[in-house]
Amino acid sequence: MYLLKWLNDLGRYFLLLGRTFRKPESRSMYYKAFISDLDLLGLNSLALVTVISVFVGAVVTIQTAFNLDDPLVPDYYVAIATRESIILEFSPTIVSLILAGKVGSNIASTLGSMRVSEQIDALEVMGVNPASYLIAPKILALVFFNPILIIISMFLGVLGGYFASMGGVMTVSDYVYGLTVDFVPYHITYALIKSFVFAFLIVTISAYYGFFVKGGAIEVGINSTKAVVSSSVAIIVSNYMLTNLLLV
Amino acid sequence: MIEVNFIHKAFGDKEILKGIDATFFQGKTNLIIGQSGSGKTVFLKSLVGLHEIDQGEIIYDNRALGALNNKERKALRTEMGMVFQGNALFDSLTIEENVTFALSMFSDMSLSERRDRADFCLQRVNLPNVHKQFPSELSGGMQKRVAIARAISMNPKYLFCDEPNSGLDPKTAIVIDRLLQEITQEFDITTVINTHDMNSVIEIGDHIIFIKDGTKAWQGTGEQILNTDNPEIVDFVYSSRLFQKIRENM
Repeated sequence: MYLLKWLNDLGRYFLLLGRTFRKPESRSMYYKAFISDLDLLGLNSLALVTVISVFVGAVVTIQTAFNLDDPLVPDYYVAIATRESIILEFSPTIVSLILAGKVGSNIASTLGSMRVSEQIDALEVMGVNPASYLIAPKILALVFFNPILIIISMFLGVLGGYFASMGGVMTVSDYVYGLTVDFVPYHITYALIKSFVFAFLIVTISAYYGFFVKGGAIEVGINSTKAVVSSSVAIIVSNYMLTNLLLV
Repeated sequence: MIEVNFIHKAFGDKEILKGIDATFFQGKTNLIIGQSGSGKTVFLKSLVGLHEIDQGEIIYDNRALGALNNKERKALRTEMGMVFQGNALFDSLTIEENVTFALSMFSDMSLSERRDRADFCLQRVNLPNVHKQFPSELSGGMQKRVAIARAISMNPKYLFCDEPNSGLDPKTAIVIDRLLQEITQEFDITTVINTHDMNSVIEIGDHIIFIKDGTKAWQGTGEQILNTDNPEIVDFVYSSRLFQKIRENM
């Protein structure tokens, strides 16, 4: 029974994607929606990403230094560990999980409210493809801006570690030196590929739960929660699959 | 003109529309009346294609809705305007953007032409100075007028209204009713209005269809409905004390 429901949801999700990627009725209107979504979903997340990245970067550095407190392990190893933790996992995955909460609930509740207040029906009656007009610009906006957010997060995470080193957990020169040792540029590519995929999953899964809301305000809330949970699970599972595919 | 032939619609095991036949005439205010839960809204949403019907056909001036491909259906929809029960105005857009939304989407009009059109539509519904305001800043009656202005912005051939008076005081409700009737006659539109408001029926009912339990129980004009002996209609029309008193004095 549960499997059937899951398969039914999966089928409707792909049908919705099919409706989403159709020719736009008016490029200028879609462009306006894209710019608006860029601001709402991307730029509005910048402050949150900044605060989290700086503090998590600092904490990772302190905890790593605490755990590698061994005379046989050079201090600059702390910086290597911090850099790799941030680039490989924290920035692309954890920041995307946080965005799944912020952006995902926003998308699901906005579309859900539009559904229950018949705004989506109004678009349909006008002859506008609501799936395409409401979802496609959001996908483009987040797929475009998430990698930018992730790069900013990487930089700020490493900067947070730098501040921690200034606080005395290790010397600043060791930290800066460690950042350059054994650096693999492909890890950035790997992180960016993940951020594209995660952005797509966050928007489409949240949009699915918002677009098909039935009922009223309570159902909008329930579906927003489902959107966050489902996109978080999808991120975690696809993170494992992508890591296997791209790093192993 | 819209012709409806024997349409059926069910949600799961529950059959809502059980074979309704109807004709809606051009230049007339066609009313669908009936108690809450009788299937009026499902019927109206089926007419505009928001619900796919299970059986029967809906014909818009010799174009069967079910036989149209996506492109033809989109073209037909640009000939429709709809006023929703809760207005369904786009909250994030200004009143002017709401009214010009379909024009921006489908027409080649310049910005100034679209603004002129918005001016005309808002003037027509007696709302001249609200262009830059947002829907949440307007009263219920004003929002309803904006919804009507948006519905007529594309010069529709068909206008659908779902409970246009719900939530309005009796005086504002009559203003909205008369506005809909004037627009219908002025632009020669086929207007279909869903209502359970007897004031509307008497004010603007050119052609009335009474739905009960998913079937058409009666049809006629505003005058005929007051004089009919059909027990179901009598039970519905004269359910309020006010109308009972009117009947006693007739």
